[in-house]
Amino acid sequence: MRYEPVIGLEVHAELSTKTKIFCGCSTAFGAEINTHVCPVCTGQPGALPVLNKQVVHYAAKMGVATHCRINQLCKSDRKNYFYPDLPKAYQISQFDVPICEDGYVDFEVDGEPKRVRFERIHFEEDAGKLLHDEGEGTVVDFNRCGVPLIEMVTKPDIHSSAEAKEFLETIKTTLSYLQICDCRMEEGSIRCDVNVSVRPEGSQEFGTRVEMKNINSFSAAVRAIDYEVNRQIEVLEDGGKIIQETRRWDDSKVKNLVMRSKEDAQDYRYFPDPDLVAVEIDDAWMEQIKSEIPELPQSRYKRYIQEIGLQPKEARIISDAFDKACLLDEGISMNRVDSRAIANWILSDISKYLNDKGMELKDTKLTAAKLVDMIELIEKNVISGNAGKKVLIQLFETDDSVDAIVEKLGLKQVSDEGAIQKLVDEVLAANPKSVEDYKNGKKNVVGFLVGQCMKASKGKGNPKMINQCLNQTLAKM
Amino acid sequence: MELYQKTAAELSAMLNNKEVSAVELTKAAFARTAQVEDKVGAYITLTEEQALADAAAIDAKRAAGEALSPLAGIPVSVKDNICTKGVKTTCASKMLENFLPPYNATVTDKLHAAGLIMTGKTNLDEFAMGSSCENSALQKTRNPHNLDHVTGGSSGGAAASVAAGEVSIAVGSDTGGSIRQPASFCGVVGMKPTYGTVSRYGLIAFASSLDQIGPFGRCVQDAAMLADVLMGHDKMDSTSVPREYENLTAAINPDIRGMKIGLPKEYFGEGISQEVSKAVLAAAETYKQLGAEVVEISLPLSKYALPIYYILSSAEASSNLARFDGVKYGYRARDFDGLVDLYVKSRSEGFGPEVQRRIMLGTYVLSSGYYDAYYKKARAAQRAIRADYARAFEQIDVILTPVAPTTAYKIGEKTSDPLQMYMGDICTVSVNIAGLPALVQPCGYDSAKLPIGMQLIGPRFGEQKLINAGVAFEQASGLSNIVAL
Repeated sequence: MRYEPVIGLEVHAELSTKTKIFCGCSTAFGAEINTHVCPVCTGQPGALPVLNKQVVHYAAKMGVATHCRINQLCKSDRKNYFYPDLPKAYQISQFDVPICEDGYVDFEVDGEPKRVRFERIHFEEDAGKLLHDEGEGTVVDFNRCGVPLIEMVTKPDIHSSAEAKEFLETIKTTLSYLQICDCRMEEGSIRCDVNVSVRPEGSQEFGTRVEMKNINSFSAAVRAIDYEVNRQIEVLEDGGKIIQETRRWDDSKVKNLVMRSKEDAQDYRYFPDPDLVAVEIDDAWMEQIKSEIPELPQSRYKRYIQEIGLQPKEARIISDAFDKACLLDEGISMNRVDSRAIANWILSDISKYLNDKGMELKDTKLTAAKLVDMIELIEKNVISGNAGKKVLIQLFETDDSVDAIVEKLGLKQVSDEGAIQKLVDEVLAANPKSVEDYKNGKKNVVGFLVGQCMKASKGKGNPKMINQCLNQTLAKM
Repeated sequence: MELYQKTAAELSAMLNNKEVSAVELTKAAFARTAQVEDKVGAYITLTEEQALADAAAIDAKRAAGEALSPLAGIPVSVKDNICTKGVKTTCASKMLENFLPPYNATVTDKLHAAGLIMTGKTNLDEFAMGSSCENSALQKTRNPHNLDHVTGGSSGGAAASVAAGEVSIAVGSDTGGSIRQPASFCGVVGMKPTYGTVSRYGLIAFASSLDQIGPFGRCVQDAAMLADVLMGHDKMDSTSVPREYENLTAAINPDIRGMKIGLPKEYFGEGISQEVSKAVLAAAETYKQLGAEVVEISLPLSKYALPIYYILSSAEASSNLARFDGVKYGYRARDFDGLVDLYVKSRSEGFGPEVQRRIMLGTYVLSSGYYDAYYKKARAAQRAIRADYARAFEQIDVILTPVAPTTAYKIGEKTSDPLQMYMGDICTVSVNIAGLPALVQPCGYDSAKLPIGMQLIGPRFGEQKLINAGVAFEQASGLSNIVAL
């Protein structure tokens, strides 16, 4: 029998607010243990939460970007359970009235369109961290307590690990476009739980579902899903039954183990948090949120293919990175140079520079205006493409204008016909053997001679004109 | 007349006239405490050294001609569930017996900013759960009017400290009557302000949606003066109401002619002692003579208030007290085997029986399968009770009721019967459920010479009406500034 996996995801994303969700402590990652803490986020007796409005703003932004209905009146609820990383012994979350409901995202899997629907998006506070290797006993680090999260819960619309991966990539790209999450996977800014069941292909009924926790990367999600799907199919093939349970993924061992069964399911005793008042997003605020949604990656991806003629792969590279897409679109909007040329520079030298340096565009001094200035000089034959590469490095690292850089580095091309003829004549005179070879039919010496001309011009000769001039001169000989 | 017999208003005038210094007042307060504290047991912690230093600082400011608020230099006691940085805040529980808060409650800061001198932290029923102060795990407090009788609770220490003249004013908290009932039992004035008018930041939560900090005094004006310090918006408390807070003291007007006072018939029936009913009805007569109009009203849902209160308050308490898990602060069991055992032992050993009872009750009513039947229904009934009161206040200005079914009973009399103890809250809990303000003051004595209190309930933000009606009754009855012992 063939089986179809049915997968739903619960994705947690840390919001990139400066301060925590219920207090003024910093959310910065990597601080010394228990330094970003206060009476509120360590759950001191008597301390009270005050909701950070930015969290509401960011959560609603994600909802709007994923076509959710926004509950402009929503509330905070307590989820009660004991664990040492949860100092109040309850997590402030949202239960029956989440801020966003019923949305979807569209994306492509192997060129095929795919839609995954959202059940809900809600905001909540992160817990702290237990450190087990700090000497005697276990240490609780409360720095992460109260870092704001949104939890995005999908409907069971995913049917393969490949779809899950593309979905997660889409979520990540969307979060970065909205600038509401740092998307630093290694810092755990995006984490997910996976619900998996399988059913005979063609069946409409759902199988028994298993929840998997402790999945810390997208690639781990793929491995965990593949493992669990296979495990369930094996159990069924052997005539067994799937048990509703929660399993813990161990990525290093590439396997999962039972954490708790349905019978042990915790009763979280949700109830409205009496310390917080209802959250109300008025219409003006709602408009503000909507106005902040940029053109999203899926739309730009299509546009780059249709309007600039990029290959899907190329379009994806640019549309996946908000800063690159913005650079391209800003460049295009200036309407001064070939759009394709801007895209090419982004795909090649700009991407390479950023990769090599491990930087993002915002860490450099490059602007769209300067990039266009530079490309324009190339298009007008004022500098060569090679010279452009040198200019680009300066654009990354200095505040100088393109003209100033070209001037400083002396990169202006010699495009004067007389000067180039003189150059060619000199090189031919200095290389009689090559001229002889050419006459004997060895046309490929032209390449060598062009190189000699470029060298003689110290790289400033217009290579196109040199090539032309050489060919004409040789032909006349 | 000794200093300890004077009201805060009188002491304030003396300080202003430089007849006495804050240091002298503070020394007098501790001298009186030394005299009576052995019998009364109002305090869990005394902060004499700090108090004297604070008083000296206030005297210096006054000498330098700095503008000071009216209560600057006046000693005040603070209930021991309000956080005081570096000063033990125990909630009268073994769980927090040695807890030193790393921060001040907003009201602690406000008291300090207004120049009041904190004398120490007063006893209460453990985590404010109780009605007699007998649930304190750390201390016994006795009623200054008769040391064999309870003070009432949970703010029993606060009420006793004022009644015994250890201080003229005190800060307490009220979740279901915890200011008003001990005020009544101890023959002093206590006010539970409108929910949201005093910051709860730093008040160790019992039931967040019902808890409210408020003042004690031996006269209504003193309670008003302290309320003026305590009330106000606080951005650290999301439930704090942003509005204009007018000075209650400055606007006191005892001319209550034309005021409409409602007597809810449900509060004078079965379960309320004859003596109490009679004293409160006599107060109603006094009001008539003062020119008020007294009408009988009905609050038909009153009988549901007690179960609603015990469901909602216990539900919230079960969650609020979950943080006391032996991990971060407070009591940790000595021997435990693993995490769950740490939790179970620390909480079983650290919490007293009443606290455990309420945690269990609250956990139960929030549990899946019972939530709808109990918690949700109680919330719906809460809205109905609010509507009940709102309807009543369309026709009347204030409501006059008894505070408790009886006067202060004997220590140990009700400890074996929790339900009987809960019944004692029958006149006070609906005020918290509806979020309303209420003022309690003495209106007479029973045959055993124990004070009887009366309760004036006002509409939301109606504190001024209560204060005015309270002052008017005080002037007419002469029942004011009663110092026991």
